[in-house]
Amino acid sequence: MSSQNPIWALISTFGLMSLFAVGGAAAAVPEMHRIAVDVHHWMTDKQFADAYAIAQLSPGPNVLIVTLIGYAVAGIPGALAATLAMCLPTALLAYYVSRLLNRPGQSRWPALIQAALVPLSIGLMAASALILAQSTDRSIAALLLTATVAVIASVSRVNPLWLLLAGGLLGFAGIV
Amino acid sequence: MSTDSAPAAQQPDHPAVCAPPPGLLALFLAFARMSLAGFGGVLVFARHAIVDQHRWMTADEFNETFALCHFLPGPNIVNLSMVFGSRLRGIAGGVAAFTGLLLPPTLIMTVLGIIYARFGDVEVLRRILAGISCAAVGLLIAVVFRMMTPLLKRMDVVVLILMLGVFTAIGVFRWPLQAVLLIAIPLSIAVAYAMRRKVAA
Repeated sequence: MSSQNPIWALISTFGLMSLFAVGGAAAAVPEMHRIAVDVHHWMTDKQFADAYAIAQLSPGPNVLIVTLIGYAVAGIPGALAATLAMCLPTALLAYYVSRLLNRPGQSRWPALIQAALVPLSIGLMAASALILAQSTDRSIAALLLTATVAVIASVSRVNPLWLLLAGGLLGFAGIV
Repeated sequence: MSTDSAPAAQQPDHPAVCAPPPGLLALFLAFARMSLAGFGGVLVFARHAIVDQHRWMTADEFNETFALCHFLPGPNIVNLSMVFGSRLRGIAGGVAAFTGLLLPPTLIMTVLGIIYARFGDVEVLRRILAGISCAAVGLLIAVVFRMMTPLLKRMDVVVLILMLGVFTAIGVFRWPLQAVLLIAIPLSIAVAYAMRRKVAA
């Protein structure tokens, strides 16, 4: 495995993963974690949680956590390779399917498949939350912070950025 | 953020006529702008820019395009940029929107990766990141909770079991995604199909 060119490992890993990423980036996090931490040992558990936090805090699509994984593996070429491998194949697939579906009369199946994928992608996102929580919530205070943010974000429409910054502030103060 | 679907539905002075298709550079810049504005998800900003601001699509066309991108695999908003751009300006338009969406934040992310590699072990930064991570997980839980609410209200036991099954297989047992989905997707489609027939009958 170590003799393999890391760029190719990134491209094949994320290119394949993107084709199974139903429900978007958050649903693919458990698989990214499994591949990057458990299978290839590209990052530690902690580094993965940090990468997730940085990706949440930065502008742009949340899928760009793959850019950070790619950078950790193979520097700037790795960052670009991982990003393109994760984004380009499915974008091209979407392009071809949208041209195909532009004809009328086939409108039932997309709606049906979409309805069928909803519970699966929610299950995947819940799994992401569990896996990330296991690496971040190592203390009672950390657990409380996660729970509080979850409740606030569930019942109010406060901008998520404020909650992230509040978390950073509590971390800076050494509370969590 | 609060200007959701309501104003787009009825615009008396601007009927369903869309603006003329934009140039490639305009597409690139528009997607770059919505991408950089999109902290914690780009969709809200994309909808605002495409439907309300530039009037490149009607609200219905946007929903239809997004639904397509949602049921296909991969990052939804990235798929949307390619489909949307190519509908307006062919494949070149798709590439322009795709590049606009991804290039600026990828550069930012790479710089952050460099900074993290150099200073990631500094104690203060460690603590700040740990706090942000906790909050980020909380946000994710909230999203899951919000998405789950309609399912819980309908109380489709089979659907809930499917959801719980995927959660357990991936989250607890840490099984590979491909293997789980190769079983779960056909199963879920069969269930959805059977339920629809039952409703129709």
